[in-house]
Amino acid sequence: MSPQLLSLLADATLQTLWMVGAAGLLGTLGGLPLGVLLAVTGRGDLLPHPIFNRVAGVVVNAARSTPFIILVVAIIPFTRLVTGTSIGTTAAIVPLTVAAVPFIARIVEGAVREVDRGLIEAAEAMGATPWQIVAKVLLPEALSGILLGLTLAAVSLIGYSAMVGAVGGGGLGDLGIRYGYQRFLPEVMAAVVLVLIVLVQLIQTGGEALARRVNKRNLKT
Amino acid sequence: MIRFEGVEKQYPGRGGAPVRALDGITAEVRRGEIFGVIGRSGAGKSTLLRTINMLERPTGGRVLLDGTDMGALDAAALREARRKVGMIFQHFNLLSSRTVYGNVAFPLELAGWDKARIRAAVDPLLDLVGLSDKRDRYPAELSGGQKQRVGIARALAAEPKVLLCDEATSALDPETTGSILRLLADINERLGLTIVLITHEMAVIKEICHRVAVLEGGRMVEEGDVFDVFVHPRHETTRRFVAGVTGGDLPETVSARIAPGWEGQGSPVLRITFRGANANTPVISHLSRSYGLDLNILHGRIDQIRGAPYGTLVVEAGGPAEAVRSALSFLSSNELGVEVLGHVPATLVAAG
Ligand SMILES: Nc1ncnc2c1ncn2[C@@H]1O[C@H](COP(=O)(O)OP(=O)(O)OP(=O)(O)O)[C@@H](O)[C@H]1O
Ligand SMILES: [Mg+2]
Repeated sequence: MSPQLLSLLADATLQTLWMVGAAGLLGTLGGLPLGVLLAVTGRGDLLPHPIFNRVAGVVVNAARSTPFIILVVAIIPFTRLVTGTSIGTTAAIVPLTVAAVPFIARIVEGAVREVDRGLIEAAEAMGATPWQIVAKVLLPEALSGILLGLTLAAVSLIGYSAMVGAVGGGGLGDLGIRYGYQRFLPEVMAAVVLVLIVLVQLIQTGGEALARRVNKRNLKT
Repeated sequence: MIRFEGVEKQYPGRGGAPVRALDGITAEVRRGEIFGVIGRSGAGKSTLLRTINMLERPTGGRVLLDGTDMGALDAAALREARRKVGMIFQHFNLLSSRTVYGNVAFPLELAGWDKARIRAAVDPLLDLVGLSDKRDRYPAELSGGQKQRVGIARALAAEPKVLLCDEATSALDPETTGSILRLLADINERLGLTIVLITHEMAVIKEICHRVAVLEGGRMVEEGDVFDVFVHPRHETTRRFVAGVTGGDLPETVSARIAPGWEGQGSPVLRITFRGANANTPVISHLSRSYGLDLNILHGRIDQIRGAPYGTLVVEAGGPAEAVRSALSFLSSNELGVEVLGHVPATLVAAG
């Protein structure tokens, strides 16, 4: 591969990392609290608020059932409002984040709901406030599951990020399409796929290791 | 200390009639005692226990803790009141993400104590329950008995006035159960802590409770001093629980010969109960010498209630009806339990 192509590959990798990293972070900032709220506001939950729960649930489902490529196009006005432009790598972070928030929210909700009700009850019996239960019981006990979910979200974001080439987002997927496919440079395609595989492996392995580390539920001594 | 005043709890049934989990429970738990509640599965034991700290709100009646109507407190006052009520659970409910130390410190963190004060409180508690060497272990690394010890230490951390135990030993083997019960009895004595304990095992009641209430279908069918309930169970359910640990009353061969009641005909069959110091009195020889009775021992057993020995003897008392009557009054005036189980008809006496 020519040095030129190598530098293209390096740029594309950085762009992907930037998009996935930023969208992952922003998605977590939005999805984590939303997921916790979804988990505690249902009927019979810690802080029941059925109206909020219903509305948030519908919005999350709507966002999740929209195909990503349609989401990208549909929210172009919003993207322009936020970043001042609708094309480019940074602009692509907006639809990625919009897709990540509900995805992460559902994952977090699931992990929080997995926490044994007995623990919530024990904390209530000790006079804990609902927010103390969220901070000191639900989040620490769900942490391992949340980390696994975030790993899954990051891997999915890598996949989504390949599609944002459609709005000039750049990144590895874009490189693969434009050079590997349209200009028929199979070695570029191969290199892109290889880098993607390595990235996904690293994220998956790292995420799992972290999740295992914080999980004290089945310790082997 | 704790008063239940006509406590009722109804759950909306699925489609059908509502479930009456508690049906007018009135009872009082006295300060410093270990109060046992026994009943079969679904009798309402957990529901009753959980009304004390309002984990379950009664749909009727009141629960008073030290004179405070727990149901009338607002959210903040209830949280404050709950701190003074420790609770341990069948499945321990420890936080898996915290060490032993962290679990015991948890209620104190919730109460906003600072680190130094928490440490000063937690370390002696770990000592008390014998887990100082497991301080930095996680619950997953402990046995069931050790987990329950953590649960107990955690429940005691905020210096509660009452300790509620929901089937605290049901997940443990008999030996571990014994050690946990001894720990509870020890805490009750040393700290003067009032304990309410629910179980479906009479053996647990017998081991450490002072008084017991028997629950059946949401109603309290019997209540009293453990010894009395044990020796003279009145309700059918109670009898079955008692028989469960004493292994039944009489051997088949004995009960087959006995006819009900005694009106002066034949030889009465008596059950004499000894307790504590009486257990060592030579009652039998006294009866036979002073009243001239022929005592035929049909069945006997020695057992313990709260560590105090008690024994039951089933005897057939042969002799004049007058002598038997004076022996009976001697027995009942001597704090020995006595009960006429029936009589052996004269024909059988002659034959036997
Ligand atoms: N949340 C609930 N909703 C509906 N019914 C309930 C609920 N909780 C308990 N019940 C019913 O109330 C009754 C008493 O239940 P409770 O748990 O107090 O029994 P228990 O004596 O503790 O039984 P166990 O020994 O099995 O724990 C049962 O018939 C049960 O089905
Ligand atoms: Mg129960």
